[in-house]
Amino acid sequence: MARMVTTRNKVISTAAAWLVGFLIFFPILWMVLASFKTELEAFAIPPSFLFFHWTTENYVTVQERSDYLHHALNSIIIAGGSTLIAMLIAIPAAWSMAFSPTKRTKDVLLWMLSTKMMPPVGVLVPIYLIYRTFGLLDTRSGLIFILCLGNLPIVIWMLFTYFKEIPKDILEAARMDGATIGRELIYVLTPMAVPGLASTLLLNLILAWNEAFWTLNLSTLEAAPLTVFIASYSSPEGLFWAKLSAASTLAIAPILVLGWFSQRQLVRGLTFGAVK
Amino acid sequence: MKNVLCAVAGAAALLISAPSIAQTTLTVATVNNSDMIRMQGLTSEFTAKNPDITVKWVTLEENVLRQRVTTDIATKGGQFDVLTIGTYEVPIWAKKSWLVPLDKLGADYDVGDLLPKIKDAVSVDGKLYAAPFYGESSMVMYRTDLFDKAGLKMPESPTWDFVVDAAKKLTDKAGGVYGICLRGKAGWGENMAFLTAMSNSFGARWFDEKWEPQFNSPEWKKTLTTYVDLMKQAGPPGASSNGFNENLALFSAGKCAMWIDATVAASMVTNPKDSKVADKVGFALAPNTGLGKNANWLWAWSLAIPAGSKKVDAAEKFIAWATSKDYTKLVADKQGWAAAPPGTRTSLYKNPDYLKAAPFAKMTLASIDAADPSHPTVKPVPYVGVQYAAIPEFQGIGTQVGQQFSAALSGSTTVDAALSAAQSATEREMKRAGYIK
Repeated sequence: MARMVTTRNKVISTAAAWLVGFLIFFPILWMVLASFKTELEAFAIPPSFLFFHWTTENYVTVQERSDYLHHALNSIIIAGGSTLIAMLIAIPAAWSMAFSPTKRTKDVLLWMLSTKMMPPVGVLVPIYLIYRTFGLLDTRSGLIFILCLGNLPIVIWMLFTYFKEIPKDILEAARMDGATIGRELIYVLTPMAVPGLASTLLLNLILAWNEAFWTLNLSTLEAAPLTVFIASYSSPEGLFWAKLSAASTLAIAPILVLGWFSQRQLVRGLTFGAVK
Repeated sequence: MKNVLCAVAGAAALLISAPSIAQTTLTVATVNNSDMIRMQGLTSEFTAKNPDITVKWVTLEENVLRQRVTTDIATKGGQFDVLTIGTYEVPIWAKKSWLVPLDKLGADYDVGDLLPKIKDAVSVDGKLYAAPFYGESSMVMYRTDLFDKAGLKMPESPTWDFVVDAAKKLTDKAGGVYGICLRGKAGWGENMAFLTAMSNSFGARWFDEKWEPQFNSPEWKKTLTTYVDLMKQAGPPGASSNGFNENLALFSAGKCAMWIDATVAASMVTNPKDSKVADKVGFALAPNTGLGKNANWLWAWSLAIPAGSKKVDAAEKFIAWATSKDYTKLVADKQGWAAAPPGTRTSLYKNPDYLKAAPFAKMTLASIDAADPSHPTVKPVPYVGVQYAAIPEFQGIGTQVGQQFSAALSGSTTVDAALSAAQSATEREMKRAGYIK
């Protein structure tokens, strides 16, 4: 029997949802507001919420001091490139583990996850030496490679769990009807896995976009993405909150917009399999 | 194959652009502070005079920069041609032969004009390994209006007793004014910079001549007790998370009667654009206890060239330009004397225009002169450095000890417990590093 939903309950749950949503969004809102304040107002105690002297001078300063487009382009290429390569490797890997598991599949999966347990700084010097030797320091391809490696375990795990949800019987039925592996993949598996693939892709893109350890340490100038752009506006001595907020707002804007547009896929993918 | 291609491409490029000069691109790694950003803005003046050199900037937050540059120099990665480093790194890196000695700065550079204390701090065995870009010490900044109202007069070189008394008298918690604002945020460059300098004035030291940690000494106990008691009675709430920026905001908003911190803060708190108390600030030397040492530190952001760089000549040319007397004059012409990088050259402090534009100049110079990195405290020490000990292990140890002292300030541990934890942590690290058995 369906549960009765009264108007009162509806109002309460809507209000609660808005409140939680606002709380989660608040830090971003606060950052955007701070980016329009002067340095003194950004630091003021008690802080002013909306009634302050709005100014765009921080954005002008940031534009003058750094080349936002150069960093943004690098971010797009590095995050996009590493995501695409990771997906190309992960889809066949997850597919084989989900549909034709062997005795060692579980161990392989756990081993992959275990590589994420080591703090990256532990291998910074060896990686740096390898990159120096092969001329990969401060190159986009070097960053694409390391981010792809770093995110692969997560991508494979996510895809594996999505593929696991797809009933094997459907694939068997397709095979009974004489479908080849290729056709099975394209016409049967892919349509069912699209939400999972989309959310994995988006999540990986966001992870790669936000990655700040390797991108800061392995890039200098030419390949430096937006993380380096942000790091240049922080300082232990001097007022910098407003300019840092402006830089951060610019840095997250592209991924925020992308997230907004693909919200439906993301939510569907993340809850995929929850209801059967 | 790649080499052949490169050679062909190079030859083609040469043929096409035969009359132009070979370009050298310098990558300069630097920190984000106003003096460095100003230099970045004036780079075109340098490249106009040196058309064969292009300068590219990598600006990073101080701690990110330190990690980034250390990784690169330790692995000889060769990503940077000019590094911005502090007085902490210079002696350590010079001893490891990571830096190129600067002996070709040019005849008109006038090394003798550099402030002696600053020059010593960036030299090893008499050789200059980095050129100071700007230098700083620490001093007392105080509110002249509040002092007048309370009938107090700040001496030029106050004692800790005076500072403690004045701070208690000037505290008006109901009115939101606190007697004194000091650093409390944990970190070797945060609260430990202040507390190590303060401990020098109480006669304490980090290590004795045999590298034995000294946190169990009565001098350290007196330092930490004075600090914690003072901050509890006259400090702002939540002081254990305050660093330079938080205190700058508090002082600029008129909430502190006194603030002891970097001399560079003087130009910020006297700037009416950023400070509500710009015309009511006085300066004095960092306090002492009559033992002959003041509680002030010494630091200089300096430009250096990593060993193995293939562009040493161009890099040295750039460093000579950026730290020259002419550069100071260039800044003064474009943005006024108050914007000139402070604390590196004697001539600046003899310039009447600068002294007029910078009311804090005299006290900045006196504070720099009062700090001595080779003899930081009353008793002899085996290390160099006023607010740090210039050994590679200090960053880690300093931050661990800083966490203990920050906890003592917030009240989550006692002064005695914090000191004994600091002592055992430091002993352990120094044993591990092989300084003591």
